[in-house]
Amino acid sequence: MLALSVVLVSIVLLSGTGLAAVIAGRSDRTALHLATAGSVLACSAGAIAALAALIGGELASLKAAWPLPVGQLHVALDALSSFFLVCVFVVSGLSAVYGAGYLQAYIGKRRLAPALFFFNLLVAAMAALVIARDGILFLAAWEVMSLASYFLVTFENEREEVRRAGMTYLVASQLGVAFLFVLFAVLSRGASTYDFDAFAAAAPAAGLANTCFWLALAGFGTKAGFWPVHIWLPDAHPAAPSHVSALMSGVMIKMGIYGLLRALTFLGPPPAWWGAVVIAIGAVSGVAGVLHALAQHDLKRLLAYHSVENIGIIALGIGVGLLGSSHHNPSIAFLGYAGALLHVLNHGLFKGILFEAAGSVLHATGTRDIESLGGLSRRMPVTAAAFLLGSVAICGLPPLNGFVSEWLIYVGAFRASASLPHAWAVAALAAVPALALIGGLAAACFVKAFGVVFLGEPRSEAASMAHEAGPAMRTSMILGSLLCISIGIWPAAAIRLVAPAATVIGRLPSVPMAAVGPLSAITRLAVLLLALVTLLTLLRRALLRGRSVGTATTWGCGYPGATARMQYTAASFAEPVLEPFAAAIPRRIHQEGPEGYFPAKAHYEQHLGDMAGERFLLPATRRAVEALSRLKVIQQGRLQLYLVYIAVTLVVLLVWQLAGR
Amino acid sequence: MRNIAVNVALLLGLPPLLLGVINKTKALLAGRNGPPLLQTYLDVWKLLGKGAVYSRTTTWIFRAGPIVSLAAVLSAGLLLPLASNTSPLGFAGDVVAFAYLFGLGRFFTMAAALDTGSSFEGMGASREAAFSAFAEPALFLSLAIVCVPAGSATFSMAFGTLPWATWGVSHPTFLAAALSLFAVLLAENSRIPVDDPNTHLELTMVHEVMVLDHGGPDFAFVLYGSAVKLFVIGALLVHLLVPIPADGGWRGAVLLCGGEIALAVAVGVVESVTARLRLRRVPQFLVGAAVLAAIGLAALYYRGAP
Repeated sequence: MLALSVVLVSIVLLSGTGLAAVIAGRSDRTALHLATAGSVLACSAGAIAALAALIGGELASLKAAWPLPVGQLHVALDALSSFFLVCVFVVSGLSAVYGAGYLQAYIGKRRLAPALFFFNLLVAAMAALVIARDGILFLAAWEVMSLASYFLVTFENEREEVRRAGMTYLVASQLGVAFLFVLFAVLSRGASTYDFDAFAAAAPAAGLANTCFWLALAGFGTKAGFWPVHIWLPDAHPAAPSHVSALMSGVMIKMGIYGLLRALTFLGPPPAWWGAVVIAIGAVSGVAGVLHALAQHDLKRLLAYHSVENIGIIALGIGVGLLGSSHHNPSIAFLGYAGALLHVLNHGLFKGILFEAAGSVLHATGTRDIESLGGLSRRMPVTAAAFLLGSVAICGLPPLNGFVSEWLIYVGAFRASASLPHAWAVAALAAVPALALIGGLAAACFVKAFGVVFLGEPRSEAASMAHEAGPAMRTSMILGSLLCISIGIWPAAAIRLVAPAATVIGRLPSVPMAAVGPLSAITRLAVLLLALVTLLTLLRRALLRGRSVGTATTWGCGYPGATARMQYTAASFAEPVLEPFAAAIPRRIHQEGPEGYFPAKAHYEQHLGDMAGERFLLPATRRAVEALSRLKVIQQGRLQLYLVYIAVTLVVLLVWQLAGR
Repeated sequence: MRNIAVNVALLLGLPPLLLGVINKTKALLAGRNGPPLLQTYLDVWKLLGKGAVYSRTTTWIFRAGPIVSLAAVLSAGLLLPLASNTSPLGFAGDVVAFAYLFGLGRFFTMAAALDTGSSFEGMGASREAAFSAFAEPALFLSLAIVCVPAGSATFSMAFGTLPWATWGVSHPTFLAAALSLFAVLLAENSRIPVDDPNTHLELTMVHEVMVLDHGGPDFAFVLYGSAVKLFVIGALLVHLLVPIPADGGWRGAVLLCGGEIALAVAVGVVESVTARLRLRRVPQFLVGAAVLAAIGLAALYYRGAP
């Protein structure tokens, strides 16, 4: 009960300090300090409480009367909630620390109070969402989360692209939530209340469960960013201030995953084809996400597409878990769910670092265009190291945390391939080449991003004048990096965090730790790897001691006049990877090659689209608008006519009511 | 314990010989005498004794590149059962770690190449990134053929359950795995038809151009690392094709060495009789390998074997 109280107090503290920031809004500096102190305090307390509840296996619940006609105030903690609370509070706390430094630059230029208020409100709403056990309360928190993030996305609302991104986001959120309204309405008909415990007790019949599954997939998938309903995500995330991008990408989209997992606990034992559907969605989201990321030249947009990719990886894990659940195979179910959950936490951590590092670059150079950066690692060593670490982690490479979660999903898929009936074994095995391809493409993408932004020579004056991020921003990135390293080197501790939550989703009687095998082996491997690196470094140093070590220019094949602009660009780097996939990524290229013996100019321009948007969603929207425009006949603009509509409606309702009696 | 010592000794000592065998095979087929078999050992020794010259553009990433990639391939080698069915570091699920360690090495090699700011090295890194991304599904699908019957992504279990007695009759799927793995081996080790280690024009290089600016001990690490990589992926293929006794012993060591040398000869023959593919064809070659492995996998399920 203590943990739940602390979490509730944290929520109140977050909203309270947010409001206080608005009241103190005359002085931006005071407001910034107030709101940051509040959110850091609340997030630390909340994270510790949630961690304690998770490890101690605490279950707590609080019900209170609610003066509204429907629903009630019912909040509770179980392992699933506690785990997501840990993710929310840790990533939000780090983002708040970063934001304290990042927003300094805006002081005096813009009122900070709204951004501070909505940031704290967003964190409070996510925490409330995760502990809500009543449909109405859940949806209320969901809407507060969506609206608060909308106002954060439109922070720099004088820019047209930001307003447009905000509108896309708002419309997508509201469309998504429409499915959730229907989902909860359907569930509440069976349970005759909106209480989650009742939902879980009254598992719907198979046909209805299938409907609910599709509704949850559409509603929660829109927030999570499943392909093709991810379309708002690459616009909204880059538009927001960087610490908000970190928060939205790191945890807010995971609320979609939380919702989906929570909904699965209401729907009774899953049929196997749900798992296959989720694996297919995961594979498509993952590959499409990483391919679109590879094509981007805007650093934050690139990272936003990687969120689609990582949500795909999480979906692959959930799919493997569902296949295991449906065949009553606890070890496969556990491996899949545990991998997915750990990836939720991991992605929050490394995507937080990456967005923060990208924010520092934007802060220092004023541009997000990869092609005009370069050589930043000399001027921004901490940011560069953080971005490198985040890149290695997001590619799933050992010895960092991304490897551990992807490894769990792989092991689950391989196990499923041998012990499930053949059709479903093949479905699970499909996750393996998908993950492999995603991994290879992600490595290409992050070598591109890291190499072109931080290595080589600066390609513009802005890049050559860059400066290192401030102390608050550096602290946040360093803390996040330390967490990534610890999970990577000590996965046995991390698995203890996700295990209880995975058993809740899979309804497993106990934790099948034998399925995972001794995780100390991964620790051993990581330690060996680091030891070898240290050993070779010392060997190299010993060998070079006393010998001549000179410096020179880079070998340019004998051409002495090379300039920074002749370096390989991000677009050229990505080209051989993208070319075989040309059909999947809409690109418009305008080029004029050099002509004649003494060419004077050449020109190359590339405009990128999104396949889901251009091939599916835009045509569909256009058709929907055409169909709906027929309804315009009833909208004449004459007041008398509208009064008639009202009168007719009233009469119809009256007759219906009377006839009902 | 003895098996593990043999493993480590072979992993550290044998790799440079394989490069010598490949070059000797190519020379003999071309009617030349060729460099001595042990030339790579001499090259590594010579490079370790030299000083170094670094580009002014480079940072610590450039110096870390060869170190991390050598450490990664050595760790991958320690995961693999070599002359027996035990390995120093193997664990349940080590197949995945094996593949991702190569990814780690490659990541740092490519980053080091970009650190020089040279467009040639950037071009090499870009090609390497593309080819390795396409090789990854082929690698995992062919490993899946070996792992599915064992029900576990673990080398010792997978190799322990290979049905030697009926190899040709009941499991032609392994042939698909072996061919697909051979294609991956050629691609990962920058061999013809994917890349030509002997090319002298920067524009046509893939792997070689990424390490143009490395010299001295750094380049010794690069050279030795690429030999280890050939040896380690080769060992995978040897285990698939040759029944290496689970308890190792001298028979295991001899079979592994013989298999590796035969494989090096095969690579040399392929290099002598085929031309290099056009760069745009390489993805098709690798996707072809993945499709071959997928067909093998489908056949495995069709027969109802796992």
